[in-house]
Amino acid sequence: MSRETIVTALLVLGLLAAPFAAQAMGEPFYITLATRIAILALAATGLNIALGLGGLVSFGHAAFFGIGGYAAGILATHAFNGEPLLLGLPGTNQMIVIWIAGAVIAGIVAMLIGLISLRTSGVYFIMITLAFAQMIYYFAISWPAYGGEDGLSIYVRNAFPGANTLVPMSFFLISFALLAAGLVLFALIRDSRFGAALQAGRQNETRLAAVGIVPFRIRLAAFVVSAMMTAVAGALFADLNRFVSPSMFSWHMSGELIVLIILGGVGRLAGPLAGAIVYVLFEFALGGITEHWQLFLGLILLGVVLFARGGVMGMLAGRARHG
Amino acid sequence: MAEPILEIRNLKKSFGALKATDGVSLDLRPGEIHALIGPNGAGKSTLIHQIAGSLKPDSGEIRFAGRDVKPLDVAARARLGMGRTFQVSSLAPEFSALRNVMLAVQAREGSSFRFFRPVMRDASLTEPARAALARVGLSDRADVPAAELSHGERRQLEIAIALALGARAFLLDEPMAGMGPEGSQALTGFLDGLRREAPILLIEHDMDAVFALADRISVLVYGRIIATGTVDEIRNHPDVREAYLGEGA
Repeated sequence: MSRETIVTALLVLGLLAAPFAAQAMGEPFYITLATRIAILALAATGLNIALGLGGLVSFGHAAFFGIGGYAAGILATHAFNGEPLLLGLPGTNQMIVIWIAGAVIAGIVAMLIGLISLRTSGVYFIMITLAFAQMIYYFAISWPAYGGEDGLSIYVRNAFPGANTLVPMSFFLISFALLAAGLVLFALIRDSRFGAALQAGRQNETRLAAVGIVPFRIRLAAFVVSAMMTAVAGALFADLNRFVSPSMFSWHMSGELIVLIILGGVGRLAGPLAGAIVYVLFEFALGGITEHWQLFLGLILLGVVLFARGGVMGMLAGRARHG
Repeated sequence: MAEPILEIRNLKKSFGALKATDGVSLDLRPGEIHALIGPNGAGKSTLIHQIAGSLKPDSGEIRFAGRDVKPLDVAARARLGMGRTFQVSSLAPEFSALRNVMLAVQAREGSSFRFFRPVMRDASLTEPARAALARVGLSDRADVPAAELSHGERRQLEIAIALALGARAFLLDEPMAGMGPEGSQALTGFLDGLRREAPILLIEHDMDAVFALADRISVLVYGRIIATGTVDEIRNHPDVREAYLGEGA
């Protein structure tokens, strides 16, 4: 077993064990913290497909995170007040349906955004993805039907068959299971033929085209899959807070997802999880002392970029190797 | 005479006032090595770019394997069987030599939209890739990242990739460059056998290699082909001696 596999397993098992330890010590608040880590890690794992494997620095993934969140909020609202949605479809409070709806809508939006933005690269790609996300952000603010600027409350957390989702441990386990599924999917994609083409395109686009693979198609597919995973995390995030607001669409959110990946290790399986652990614990530990905790986060980020390019995973598991 | 695999007719490309390709006609027939020589700035690279699809010609025809390939992009031409190597090696630097070749194998199968099966455990990818590496003599370097290979090894790796593509013609852009005398000699021997598999359009500065290998030579000067012929014909051609071989020949 490689060192990377061991570190990854330890991080995943550590996250799973933490809420049980918290419960045993009578500190249920920490369960919520672990849930937050799992959800942010899932969102960033989605982004890691585009950014880490494909080298597509999307500065607009908040769009997909928010679409997932609003899918949860809007469907739950209609289920709550009984009014039909578009085309007479009813709302729903079933998480599974909400995840699918959020992922499908995000996938379609990502397809449209990708068709345009993937024709550019580098700084232009960053700016175009940002622009699309900002458009959706301002749309959400000016959409009075679903709360506009004030956002939307989810009065009762959405339901999952056989579980009481209001019990923090149950909701954590649901989130953790989805994170685990997301990590498995990431690893499968990374090691597959599709992943080989995607990573080759990041390293050398000319080479990919010269063997007869069109980089654009590979990237578009990766962008869509990436957006769908981030959207599912967005739906969970809405259920965690029982509240959705346009801030889920804001560029701060897009930046936060990128920060998680850089902190943890770009393109590494457990990078987003390691990054989310550091980020959330920092927010919790320093946020209690000063509201300017992000200043210290910035310093750490600076340190990572200057001295530890591989992030947390680089420090714990050494340099990434490609078969 | 056998039908040419690559046929270029009256190709033109200008950059502003500079006529980089000025009415070039050229063909590549099965089983031959056709060398394209010419002084620096003659437009050899511009020509290769147009054949491979990374530059659009202003006018003229390019037919490959019986098809007009002008509307096709680089990837589509590669899928038709253009096995190209680059003047400056162009590889996926983080991937091992083996994975670089495997990419060509999967591209040849047209199977890049498979999401779940791990490539390293897929013998239908690894076996042909190892075979191609063995042919160019890189077997014991299979697991080394391309970035850590020597200059000469990277050139060999590019040829292995073209082999794995199952190319119907090879476009080799200065494969001898920077190889050193021993490397050049070994590569010359290898290319000599390769022509039986698919014809080679060879752009090369190393005249020893060109004269040893070429069935035909075309001389490009200022975007025009001033002569095409056998080694002896080119050697004795007065315009060529003046324009290119000059004092050396």
